[in-house]
Amino acid sequence: MFDASPLNRRNARNEMLVRLLLGAMTGLLVLPVLLILGTLVYKGGPIISFEFLFTSPTNGMTAGGIFPALLGTIFLVLVALLASVPLGVAAAIYLSEYAPDNWFTRAINLAIINLAGVPSIVHALFGVGAFVIFFRFGTSILAASLTLAIMTLPVVIVATRESLQAVPQAFREACWNMGATRWQTIRRVVLPNAVSGILTGVILEVSRTAGETAPIMFTGAAFFLPFLPQSVFDQTMALSLHLFVVSTQVPGMPEELPFGVALVLICMVLAMNSLSIALRMYLRGRKRW
Amino acid sequence: MPADPVGASKPRALQAADPAADFDRLNRDWYIDKAVQIAVFIGGISAIVFIIGIFVFISKEGFGFLLGEFSFKEFFLSPNWRPTSEGNPTYGILALIAGTASVTGLAMLVAIPFSLGAAVFIAEFASGKTREYLKVTVELLAAIPSVVWGFIGLAIMNPIIIQTFNVPIGLNVLNAGVILGLMAAPIMTSIAEDALKAVPDRYREAAEAMGATRWQVIYKVVLPAARNGLLGAVLLGVGRGFGETMAVLMATGHSINIPTSIFDSVRALTATIAAELGETAVGSDHYEALFTIGIFLFVVTFIINLTADLVVRGVRRG
Repeated sequence: MFDASPLNRRNARNEMLVRLLLGAMTGLLVLPVLLILGTLVYKGGPIISFEFLFTSPTNGMTAGGIFPALLGTIFLVLVALLASVPLGVAAAIYLSEYAPDNWFTRAINLAIINLAGVPSIVHALFGVGAFVIFFRFGTSILAASLTLAIMTLPVVIVATRESLQAVPQAFREACWNMGATRWQTIRRVVLPNAVSGILTGVILEVSRTAGETAPIMFTGAAFFLPFLPQSVFDQTMALSLHLFVVSTQVPGMPEELPFGVALVLICMVLAMNSLSIALRMYLRGRKRW
Repeated sequence: MPADPVGASKPRALQAADPAADFDRLNRDWYIDKAVQIAVFIGGISAIVFIIGIFVFISKEGFGFLLGEFSFKEFFLSPNWRPTSEGNPTYGILALIAGTASVTGLAMLVAIPFSLGAAVFIAEFASGKTREYLKVTVELLAAIPSVVWGFIGLAIMNPIIIQTFNVPIGLNVLNAGVILGLMAAPIMTSIAEDALKAVPDRYREAAEAMGATRWQVIYKVVLPAARNGLLGAVLLGVGRGFGETMAVLMATGHSINIPTSIFDSVRALTATIAAELGETAVGSDHYEALFTIGIFLFVVTFIINLTADLVVRGVRRG
């Protein structure tokens, strides 16, 4: 029969204590945020209605809905995706399939890390200097979307590179042995096996792009517009900036309206992220290699 | 030896001397392949082009100020940021640096212990479903947009701080620090967890075979082995806090101040640009001074990210 020695007992007790402590820390990290989200739902929930989502703000933005902002965010995200997805996928294909292991590739990787790490307001300054002034796009959807595209490019590159590298090398070798060129191999074998992984990255980018505020403040998003944008050279309202405006810039704002805007924005972002996570788990479940 | 009727054993390279075979090699597929290689290479260098482009364009806009009004001493050592003053505008960012530093510092005090603790718990203690749920939750928390965090600081934290500490204004270092800490913690947690996961299992098994308890394994073996990765996670968190814009704009109270307590309102470098760029005329000193702050932010975050990358790779000693 095994009898616990004092040392065993002390170790077991310490183990329990550490476990409890770390568990409590994890809980303390997660709990306040859940409480905050609960408050958002509690205060903003009642105002959300069909009318709130699909009408324009009225009465100096203190009443009415958020439709132009919602639509503007969708526009901005779509144009940004058109620019960043092809470029990001190309970059990832280069890094995963072609790039030799040398200083130049390391420089590219470093540039990607830095692109992700540069403060969003610096991206905004770049957008103003490059797109608004130098390329003469003015403050427009185009300028704002290109700024967002460059800012979120690392998300696409990293996700795509990971899913390309997850395709086993043997698949490529088998294809090369049949006499296929590199590109034929990538198009017929590597990309079809990685496409869903790329999709999760794109969804993640949508979520990032939709929530960004600083990069679009001076490049194309307006506080308030009485009409919807007609082309990519018009300004637009955006949901994230709208939240900033209604919570700080407008006097006499009814208390629940900003909560409603925040709730819609956060639901949009979290829904996208959940979709991305769910897709990733589903794919991991049915992976054949 | 029997004849080889189809020439299958003849190496392909030997056929290249034959002009017909050479033509065969340079067919349409070969050109497409080359074209694609060039196209993806352009995609590959785009990241470098953009990083250089960012630096060039913000420098271009800030250049006039750097050559004219700019004085190194005033810019970094004067706490007076009065760009709109009639007659005698001053451009000192010391108070703004103090604002950014105090908020980021407090945020790290909140975020580092909790995120490292959570990372150890998720990577080493939690198992099965609990672990999956925690990882997904952390990932979702990292996705909350910064403007929403700013709004939370403004609408939820502000009244709580006023009530709890009986102070007149709840938009201060404490508010922004806690918000920024909650914001940075999920990202630091997942990077730190990756670093812990990267420690090979055989290290743990060897230590367990020597009779170490789980905590002893973590404390004596796993943490030292993952040291560089954890340090990288902390650095990336610092970079994140330093560059955060919307949340600090909304939660700090936005008054220029070198803080003496956590209940003082401050103003951050990033928030200053966000608040003032819209009101300045293109090409004015004020406008160019804001771009100069942008150059400073770019350079500092570049150094932080570079250091984090070197630390994670462990080439610091080399």
